[in-house]
Amino acid sequence: MALEDLQHNFLTAPIEDLVRWARRASVWPASFGLACCAIEMMAAGGADFDLARFGMEVFRNSPRQADLMIVAGRVSQKMAPVLRQVYDQMMEPKWVISMGVCASTGGLFNNYAIVQGVDQIVPVDVYAPGCPPSPETLMHAILTLHEQIRTGEIMKRRHEGNPTHLEHDAGVWTPEVPVTVRMGTPK
Amino acid sequence: MSDLSRTAERPERLTGETSEGAQELVARAATSSDQLGREVGAVLRLDGVTLDPREVDYERHDDETMIINMGPAHPSTHGVLRLMLELDGEFVLRTKVVIGYLHTGMEKTGETLSYVQGATNVTRMDYLSPVINELSYSLTVEKLLGVEVPARATWIRMLMSELNRVSSHLVWMATNGMDLGSTSMMIYGLRERELILAFFEKTAGLRLNLNYVRPGGVAADLPDGWQDDVEVICNTIEERTYEYDQLLTGQPILRNRLIGVGAITAEEALALSLTGPLLRSTGVPWDLRRSMPYLAYDQVDFDVIVGTYGDNFDRYAIRLNEIRESIRIIRQCLEKMPAGDYRSQDPKVTPPPRARIGESMEALIHHFKLFTEGFHVPAGEVYSAVESPRGEIGCYMVSDGGPKPYRIHVRAPSFTNLQAMPLLMRGASVSDAITMISTVDPVLGEVDR
Amino acid sequence: MAPPGVLTEEALACDLACFPTREQYFDLVAAFKADGFELCVDVCGVDYLEHPDRYLPEGVTRTRFEVVVNLLSLSKKQRVRIRVQAGTESPRLDSLFHLYPGAEAPERETFDMFGILFDGHPDLTRILMPEDWEGHPLRKDYGVGHIPIQFKEAPGPR
Repeated sequence: MALEDLQHNFLTAPIEDLVRWARRASVWPASFGLACCAIEMMAAGGADFDLARFGMEVFRNSPRQADLMIVAGRVSQKMAPVLRQVYDQMMEPKWVISMGVCASTGGLFNNYAIVQGVDQIVPVDVYAPGCPPSPETLMHAILTLHEQIRTGEIMKRRHEGNPTHLEHDAGVWTPEVPVTVRMGTPK
Repeated sequence: MSDLSRTAERPERLTGETSEGAQELVARAATSSDQLGREVGAVLRLDGVTLDPREVDYERHDDETMIINMGPAHPSTHGVLRLMLELDGEFVLRTKVVIGYLHTGMEKTGETLSYVQGATNVTRMDYLSPVINELSYSLTVEKLLGVEVPARATWIRMLMSELNRVSSHLVWMATNGMDLGSTSMMIYGLRERELILAFFEKTAGLRLNLNYVRPGGVAADLPDGWQDDVEVICNTIEERTYEYDQLLTGQPILRNRLIGVGAITAEEALALSLTGPLLRSTGVPWDLRRSMPYLAYDQVDFDVIVGTYGDNFDRYAIRLNEIRESIRIIRQCLEKMPAGDYRSQDPKVTPPPRARIGESMEALIHHFKLFTEGFHVPAGEVYSAVESPRGEIGCYMVSDGGPKPYRIHVRAPSFTNLQAMPLLMRGASVSDAITMISTVDPVLGEVDR
Repeated sequence: MAPPGVLTEEALACDLACFPTREQYFDLVAAFKADGFELCVDVCGVDYLEHPDRYLPEGVTRTRFEVVVNLLSLSKKQRVRIRVQAGTESPRLDSLFHLYPGAEAPERETFDMFGILFDGHPDLTRILMPEDWEGHPLRKDYGVGHIPIQFKEAPGPR
């Protein structure tokens, strides 16, 4: 039973608040550290910039147990299907933070090898800029996400107008999985 | 809910999307004997002699063994490394390493960036020791340019390189500890590293991937009061390294997990082109800082740490003691730092000071040319190498006389060190497999570039 | 050091640069290995399509692709660079795998990035790019793949 199926009225409001509090107070990240940003993510989990105070120190290795995927680092052409596979294995509700400029837009590497923005593959909720973003920036991104979960905006936007339950035909690209650039471009 | 059923419906499509065909480990019948020899780790027996069938388990039926896949998204693989193992129960028979999941096209991008911008590109290869990447690149460009770097710049570069070596080895201690099960070591290693990163931020503006060492010198002088900061770093890390020694070195579980595991000999290491702690653990005392000195390493006093048995414990001890040796070098840099310029004053390479641009036409033109086009480097080709915490990192550069490199190739130590994986893994259990990856200390940014 | 018949000269940051032909290449590397060059540091390729008039000593026929091998002698503390002209249309060379097993991964990378084939290599498949990729990215006629970035609010040209 999803929260969104409840009729939003004054009786269900306390329940919704409780559920949203539970969701944001123990977001479990799936470890998806790719490159330099992964080191800053590890530093954010370390002693100086503690993520444990947000309930997030446990990086779940299995995506089935995780809520949040922090894409930390540059996504190459070979890694893109793997990223999508890990994202698909996560259970709803799930969120994505795109950490660093390489994950957000391709960053410094505007070339054949890097996917220009991980939002070409997965829907992203928060973008954290920086190369690499310092752990403080990452924490700001995480707290922004928490705020959005607290108000419930993030779940409302996702369900309006963009249905996740689509008729799927194997081999046909759905709007949720756009074609990533796979072929080289000869001059 | 519906997501799960959709995922279940299309396993062929998902495996099809992520499979890498011939790059993966396949059944024995479909693999050539040379390649089988490699996967089994038979390094020195490859000159045309038929492999012993027991080595390659030819008579073992394919049903009795299992090919499993570790990665690329896996917590213990130090990055996006994919390891395919053929297991007999708990023990590894064959290994194949599949890389390329972080391939960034840096060598191609490097051809579109000017020589000053090139440092930003190269620094992101080995992201745990960025200063050393930049150093190797800058030394190569300076060799082609023929420009002399002032003494202070050389000593500043040495100081930053050694600080970087300490921070890289601390990350290794942290991740190695975590791979072996000591999660507190993870916290300690990252905590000590924060001191060094704070100093980097004060000097260069960035904690990681600092674009600091450039052709001609360094980007900025050391900040005021740097001696006190570095003194604090040295004292703290020396004291804490002693604590890690007490915590880990005598610990029976660590000793049982590391001693005797992953032993290689010097001939195998040289045949596989291994460098760095992997080579030194087998007894070969090869360290570029001592054998082919660059910067001012011949003017400082330090020991090269060499192992005896070539096993994981030797490599752990080497990296721990290299932290201590680097602190020794840093203390000597503190005492001997010369005064002077922090970068070469050659006007063709270094932009003029900002204040002079308003006064002199020539300064304005130089500034303009240097920042729009970049300085031209004479045509030629050169290979020059330095010692990174993982081995020999070298930069091969071809210049055609223009403002951008014609070809830049970085010889990454982790790329060749990963060739040791099949040799290390043969006969090890799966839990040892994790420690083998950790002991090779690959950084996938430089493996895949 | 080098067998006679192979052109050599002084090189920058290296003790020697050798320019063997494709036929002399394997024997030259074997001679160096026997002479005490234990470590094959690196094998890489260069595509000289846009810089055809690079400097080469007299007597070397220049081709588009060149393979550069760096060897290191730990006992003598010397480096040697071997530059072999690999060919223009279909570049092929002997693989160094049976001399230096450590050259296996760099040769695969050279194949992946340039399309230079190595005879005798145990597993010549792509290493950095996905298996079904077409083209060899580091060749000079292969574009960078730069996607032009559009800014909607940017003012027009000044």
